[in-house]
Amino acid sequence: MRRFAPWGVLAALLIPFGLAAAPAMSGAVEKQAVNVTAISMFVAFVVGTLGITYWAARRTRSAKDFYTAGGGITGFQNGLAIAGDYMSAASFLGISGLVFASGYDGLIYSIGFLVGWPVIMFLLAEQIRNLGKFTFADVASYRFGQTQIRTMAALSSLVVVAFYLIAQMVGAGKLIQLLFGLEYWMAVVAVGVLMMVYVIFGGMTATTWVQIIKAVLLLSGATFMAFAALSAFGFSPEEMFRQATEIHPNGLDIMGPGSLVQDPINAISLGLALMFGTAGLPHILMRFFTVPDAKEARKSVFYATGFIGYFYILTFIIGFASIVLLAQHPEFFKPEALSAEGAVLSERLVSGVEGGSNMVAIRLAEAVGGNLFLGFISAVAFATILAVVAGLTLAGASAISHDLYASVIARGRGNEATEIRISRFATFGLGLVAIALGIAFESQNVAFMVGLAFAIAASANFPVLAASIFWGRMTTRGALAGGLAGLLSAVVLTVLSKAVWGDVLGHTAPGPDGTPVPVGLIGLDNPAIVSIPMAFFFIWLVSLLDNSEQAQRERSAYRAQRIRCETGIGAEGAASH
Amino acid sequence: MQRESIDAIEANPRYQQLVRSRKRFAWVLTLLMLGIYYGFILTIAFAPELLAIPVAEGAIMTIGMPLGVVIILSAFLLTGIYVVRANGHFDRLTKEIQEEAR
Repeated sequence: MRRFAPWGVLAALLIPFGLAAAPAMSGAVEKQAVNVTAISMFVAFVVGTLGITYWAARRTRSAKDFYTAGGGITGFQNGLAIAGDYMSAASFLGISGLVFASGYDGLIYSIGFLVGWPVIMFLLAEQIRNLGKFTFADVASYRFGQTQIRTMAALSSLVVVAFYLIAQMVGAGKLIQLLFGLEYWMAVVAVGVLMMVYVIFGGMTATTWVQIIKAVLLLSGATFMAFAALSAFGFSPEEMFRQATEIHPNGLDIMGPGSLVQDPINAISLGLALMFGTAGLPHILMRFFTVPDAKEARKSVFYATGFIGYFYILTFIIGFASIVLLAQHPEFFKPEALSAEGAVLSERLVSGVEGGSNMVAIRLAEAVGGNLFLGFISAVAFATILAVVAGLTLAGASAISHDLYASVIARGRGNEATEIRISRFATFGLGLVAIALGIAFESQNVAFMVGLAFAIAASANFPVLAASIFWGRMTTRGALAGGLAGLLSAVVLTVLSKAVWGDVLGHTAPGPDGTPVPVGLIGLDNPAIVSIPMAFFFIWLVSLLDNSEQAQRERSAYRAQRIRCETGIGAEGAASH
Repeated sequence: MQRESIDAIEANPRYQQLVRSRKRFAWVLTLLMLGIYYGFILTIAFAPELLAIPVAEGAIMTIGMPLGVVIILSAFLLTGIYVVRANGHFDRLTKEIQEEAR
C-alpha cells in the first residue's frame, strides 16, 4: 500500500504553476488500460491548437510578435492566459486531493497561492510593464552593466525554467501514463514535440491561445463538476459538510485547521516564497509585455485573480464532495479501507481511492459525468501540462536569444531575423533537453525541483528586480552580489532541507514510533525567510561600498528610469498620441 | 531623456502628486492584503480552534469556511479597487504629465 505523506503533498503544492511530481506520481504508477474517449478528446484539442498555431505562424514576423504576440493581447485575454499558467494540473489534482484527505487545510494552501497576485499588482506590474520590452532581464538590467546583469538574469531564468521543465516532464509522463494508458516515454515525447511545434511556429501568439483555451476548458470542466456534486446535496453546503464529517475518519476535525500548518516560521517562509516567487518567475513576468499598455496589464491581473480565486473555491467543493460521493461508489472506492486496522485515521480514506489522493478529482469526474466526462477531464489535464511547458520553454528561449545573444554576444548590433532564428533553435534545443531529462529522471524523486525553482525565483530574481525599480543607489556590483547570495543560499538551504537531504539523499532519523523517517539537516522547509533577506542585505552592503565611476553613472541614471517607471514616458509600445 | 526634461518633469506638481498618491494607495492596499493573509496564517499557527467554531448553534459549518471564501474575495476586490483608481485617476494624471512633457 502506498503510504500517504501529507508533507509530500505540501511539497507538491509548493508548485502552483506546474504539474507537481506529487507522491502518487513520483512512485511507480500502474499503467491503465488505453482510454479511447480521453485520447480522442485530446486529439481534438491538439488538432484545434495546431490550427491556431498555423494561424499564429502567419502573423509571427518580428521579434515583438514572437516574444510578446506583438503586444496585441487584451487585458481579459491575458488574464485568462495568466490563469492558464497558474491553474496547473498540480493545483487541480493536488488541492482537491488535499481537501479530500485533510479537509480545511486544503483551503489554507489555496489562499497562499492567491494572495501574491494583488501584491504583485500594487507594487510591480506597472513598473515592469513600463521598463521592460520582452523579458525579465530587460527590467532588472535597465540602467546597469548589460553584460553582467543580463548574463546573471538570463542564467537564473534558465535555471528556474530548467528545474520547472524537468518536474513538468516527469509529472506529465506519470500522469498521462495513469490517465491515458500510454507508455511513459511516449507521453514525454508527445508533450515535448507538441510544445516545440507551438513555440517554434506560433511563438507567444500560439502559446497564449493554448493557455486561454486550456483555462476555459479547465474552468468549465471544474464548474460542471462542482455543480453536479453540489446538486447531490440539494445545493446545501451545510448538508455536504454534515455528510462528509460523518464519513471522514477524522470527523469534525476536517472542518478546521489540522496538522499541516503548525509551525509559524515555516508557514511564514512558505507564504513569502509563494508571494515573491511568483514575482520572480520569468514566464509569468513575460506575460506583462503581451498587452499594449499598463492599463491592460492591470486589468489582466484583476481578471486573473478572479479566475484563480473562483477555481480554488471549485477545487474546495470538489474535494469535500468527493469524501461523500466517492464513498458511495464501490467501483472507485474500497469502503473496507475506512475500517482498516493500524492505519492512521486520515490515511484510511485516501488508501481507499484507486490511484491515491491525486486521482480524487478524476474519480469524481467519472462518478458525476460518466466515461465521457472522465475523458474530457483527462484531456484537460494533458492540455494543462502542454500549456505550462510551452510558456516555460518560450521564456527560456527568450533568455537565450534576446538576453544572451542579442544583448550580450551581439551587443545590440545583431539583426532581428537572426535573433528570431536563434530563439527558434533555442526552443528546439530546450525541447530536446526537456525530453531527454524527462526520460532520464523517470524514477527520480523530483518533488523538490519546482520548490527549488520557486525559491530561486523569490531569492535571486525578485530582490534584484525590486531593488532595480525602487532603490536608486543600487549598482551593478550590488545587484550581482545580491543575486548570487540569494541564489546560493536558496540552493544550499534547499539541499539541507527535508525534501533533498531526507527524501532524495536518504538521511533518516527515528520517528515518534521508532521507524526511520526522512529528515533534513535544518528544520526549514522553504528557504525564503532566510534567502530573501540575505539577497537584499548583500545588494545593500555591496552597493553602498561601491564608489566606482560606473556606480556613479548608474545612480544618476535612476532619475530618468523612475520617470519612465511612473509615467510610461519612453516605454516600449506606449500608445501613440 | 535630456537633463532639462527630467528636471521639468520632476518639478511638475502633477508628477509629484501622481508619485505620492499612487505610492500611498499601493502601500495601503498591500498592507491590507498582507494583514489579512498573515492574520489568517498566524491564527492558524497560534489559535486554530478559533476557526473551528461552528457558524451557528448546532451547525456543522465552521467560521473558517466563510472566512476563507471572504479572503479569496478580498484579494479579488482589492485588485479591482486598484484597477478602477489606477485606470481612471492615475492614468488621467499620467496623460497630462505626458502631454506637458512633449
